[in-house]
Amino acid sequence: MLQCAGLRCPPEATQGETGKVRRRTLLVLGSMALAVVLAACAPNATQSALEPAGPYAEKAHNLFVPVFWVAVAIFVLVEGLLVIFLVRYRHRPARAGIPPQVHGNTRLEIAWTILPTLILAGVAVPTVATIWDLAAEPQGDVLEVNVLGHQWWWEFDYPEQQIITANVLHIPTGRPVSLTLCAAGLGYEQPAPSQCQPGPPEGLPPAGIGDSVIHSFWVPALAGTQDVVPGQTNMLTIQADEPGTYPGQCKEFCGLSHKDMRVLVVAHTPEDFAAWVAGQQEPAPVPEAGGDVAAGFDVFLEHRDDGSCTDCHALRGVEGPEDVPLLANGGPDLTHFASRDCFAGCSFATNEENLRRWLDDPPAMKPGSWMPEYDLTDEEIDQLVAFLMSLE
Amino acid sequence: MASVSVPTDRRGGLLRRPSATSGFWSWFTTVDHKKIGILYGITAFAFFLIGGGEALLIRVQLARPDQDFLNAAVYNEMFTMHGITMVFLVVMPLSAAFFNYFLPLMIGARDVAFPRLNAFSYWAFLFGGLFVYSSWFLGGAPNGGWFGYAPNSVVDPTRGMTFYAIGLLITGIASTVSAFNLAVTVINMRAPGMTLFRMPVFVWMGLVVQLLLAFSLPVITIGLVELLFDRQFGTRFFDPASGGDPVLWQHLFWLFGHPEVYILILPAMGIVSEILPVFARKPLFGYQFVVFSGIAIGFIGFGVWAHHMFAVGLGPAANTAFAVSTMIIAIPTGVKIFNWLGTLWKGDIRFATPMLFSIGFIAMFIIGGLSGVTHAVVPSDYQQTDTYYIVAHFHYVLFGGAIFGLFAGTYYWWPKVFGRLLNERAGKVHFWLMLIGFNMTFGPMHVLGLQGMPRRIQSYPDSLGLTFWNTVASIGAFIIAVSILVFLVAAIASFRKPKEMEADPWDARTLEWATSSPPPEFNFEEIPVVHSIDDLWHQKYAETEGGRVVPVAAGGSGEAAAASHDGDAPGHGIHLPGPSYYPLVASLGLPLIGYGLIFGVGFAVVGVVVLLAGFFGWILEPSAE
Repeated sequence: MLQCAGLRCPPEATQGETGKVRRRTLLVLGSMALAVVLAACAPNATQSALEPAGPYAEKAHNLFVPVFWVAVAIFVLVEGLLVIFLVRYRHRPARAGIPPQVHGNTRLEIAWTILPTLILAGVAVPTVATIWDLAAEPQGDVLEVNVLGHQWWWEFDYPEQQIITANVLHIPTGRPVSLTLCAAGLGYEQPAPSQCQPGPPEGLPPAGIGDSVIHSFWVPALAGTQDVVPGQTNMLTIQADEPGTYPGQCKEFCGLSHKDMRVLVVAHTPEDFAAWVAGQQEPAPVPEAGGDVAAGFDVFLEHRDDGSCTDCHALRGVEGPEDVPLLANGGPDLTHFASRDCFAGCSFATNEENLRRWLDDPPAMKPGSWMPEYDLTDEEIDQLVAFLMSLE
Repeated sequence: MASVSVPTDRRGGLLRRPSATSGFWSWFTTVDHKKIGILYGITAFAFFLIGGGEALLIRVQLARPDQDFLNAAVYNEMFTMHGITMVFLVVMPLSAAFFNYFLPLMIGARDVAFPRLNAFSYWAFLFGGLFVYSSWFLGGAPNGGWFGYAPNSVVDPTRGMTFYAIGLLITGIASTVSAFNLAVTVINMRAPGMTLFRMPVFVWMGLVVQLLLAFSLPVITIGLVELLFDRQFGTRFFDPASGGDPVLWQHLFWLFGHPEVYILILPAMGIVSEILPVFARKPLFGYQFVVFSGIAIGFIGFGVWAHHMFAVGLGPAANTAFAVSTMIIAIPTGVKIFNWLGTLWKGDIRFATPMLFSIGFIAMFIIGGLSGVTHAVVPSDYQQTDTYYIVAHFHYVLFGGAIFGLFAGTYYWWPKVFGRLLNERAGKVHFWLMLIGFNMTFGPMHVLGLQGMPRRIQSYPDSLGLTFWNTVASIGAFIIAVSILVFLVAAIASFRKPKEMEADPWDARTLEWATSSPPPEFNFEEIPVVHSIDDLWHQKYAETEGGRVVPVAAGGSGEAAAASHDGDAPGHGIHLPGPSYYPLVASLGLPLIGYGLIFGVGFAVVGVVVLLAGFFGWILEPSAE
């Protein structure tokens, strides 16, 4: 034998190593423990699932926390046994010969089959109870909102309040909000059926732009995720206890700009929410003649051969050139655009600078954007920005 | 034994029969399970380096917020290819490498049941992998995720997902063929006395994996064909506007995909179950329990698929059922861990590199298993699904588990395969760097997921507070890369040493160590007769009533292998199948048919002709002359 091959090495060689191995094992385990501690004091995560802000998120959290600590206990126990055995039964030159050949112990093995079974049964009971609890229809004073997942932005339709908005979901505090989730856009060629939207008005083509694909609506502080599946209507209940803003994000990979499909939930006190509803129910403010705002309005209404703004976007209460009401046809309703904190899938703050970049070249900001680049002049862009920012 | 191979130059069909069994070209015609095993291993390792490179690019992109190092389109291709590569082109074929090489040796057989079919499996796998990778140069790589959810995977305008569907169909053919081949080998070709319950655990896990493959691959095949037809031929399996259903794809994918997880992890469990007893110098604690828990995992593995779909909206009844079945499958998994601990208990543990990787496997797999149980808590999974928490979980299982286990096997069996030992010092550096890098990369992902980082996002704004742990994870990924470089250098350096390894350097327990290192082409001079589990060990050591061990007197049958070098013409008169071109030729037709489905029927016609020519030559050629 030319090389020292493991087991048949002279004892000194492995002995020196085992001491080091033990110290290094302790070092690694210590640094792992440190990492866990550090994790607890990680910098402020604004989209964290660990800080529930309403009863529906809390139900999930109240299951996660005890299960987590049970898992930690098992982790410590099993990894601890592993380390103890490794240290205790490491090879020592003093020990002569081969250890007794223990082939097993049926009682012990049955015991460690039954024990995990009991622990898991203990976990299963509250799990199943909460599954049914969360699936139950919310009772009492419930706000209904239809949520449409587009490629790549969220549309919110409040059927009772007759409000359609995008990217930012406003809700009242202390009241369950029942979301009906549908995917919007085209199936392979024709529009996919959706129960979140009424059919198009007589004579108009059905709404459809972008592909109808699977999304997932997720605002971790308010509830767990629910997928949005073409051809299927899913329900999700969210609720916020305190006024505030709660960010969320599409969780199911939905194509090129998946990362840009964000959402912001703004929770108001019931009074503030009522005021917000009243503001949103106003028709779009039509500008007085003259100035950049009015010029922008004209650009908005103008018929262009490569596609007009009004082909996809609506302004409630405004009629187009042939007295046809402007209805959203695949793009976000812009009636109160400037009142929203963010646009384009809520990945960009609503301000003049971002809007200018957007109108210049949408796909450059949001890859694959279904709103194409329209070769607008700088002047037209300035006018449109002025007009859009006037839509409070 | 009576037949004697007579060299002839008779033309067998279209091509002259190759005769070389060594040298460069012999690798293209070999039907020797050991050479095919090495081919599988080298190819899978090459794909491992590529898939790892993709992972590094992903980690560079995510190291800091709002980066555009990889744009969204390339990023989507990158994570998709990383996933496809690691699952289908790395872990599956690496396991196949070990199964190919060692199942016949461990059951005392001379080869697999169908040697030429075995070569065909390898070539089909290689061409399937190259076919998928050719997409980078032919209009874009797959970009819909390894899970390829419809309708996104259908409506995407690039060619990537067509390459995905066809490429996975080709590697699926390779895996199906190989699954039946190896299952038949284990069932039919065991040496005399090698009853099922004398088989090493690795062989058992091999058998379970082949059966899982045989039953789960048809399901994904149906899904892939439907995807391909939807994309290329205008069918509408997943289009709700025409009465199709996107969720159908998910059921088909995960009904394959979850058994697939066990296809990836059971081989590593088998490897570790072989290594622990050798280096603790005790038999596996509760052999039957380990075997039966492996079988149980195999069965229950088909009943848990919808735990990937808790958020889809299947309803509370379905979610309850799959939550419970998922918890049940945790039980046999836990049993295995306790049995491994029992094996270490009162052992005489030596920390050679294979043992370090096996211990790393257990330590990391415990973490992956525990986080896995938290997924079964459905309401909590509503938060964690599709976040980095899941990414962390399955990397603890498939990297901390499968890859650590496969490296354990690599260090353990390297001397058997190549007749040389891998440098122990380099092995230890590799292990510790990989363990630290691995935990730095994937440990923080638990936190990232819980703090709201979804999967498959190309970038994240700094305002989400996710930057710190992403940076840590990216640094960890490069530490893993350094550890792999250490292995690569050690592997290459090992070939500078003389090929003088003894038959049984680890004082091991199973039959592959009874023959020389590397084994002769015919594996065993004489087919061994098996008298017990761990037969080689019992040839070397006798066990008293109380479990005390005494070495068998010198000259025991363990020395038989070493003795095979004297005397003349070892292996004379052993009948072995001859090398053949036809498996290579036939499998070459598969990617051509694939290109035909994308670029025009001309390629497909050529492909079918090549495939049929290969099969005809194969049929007309006697297995040996």
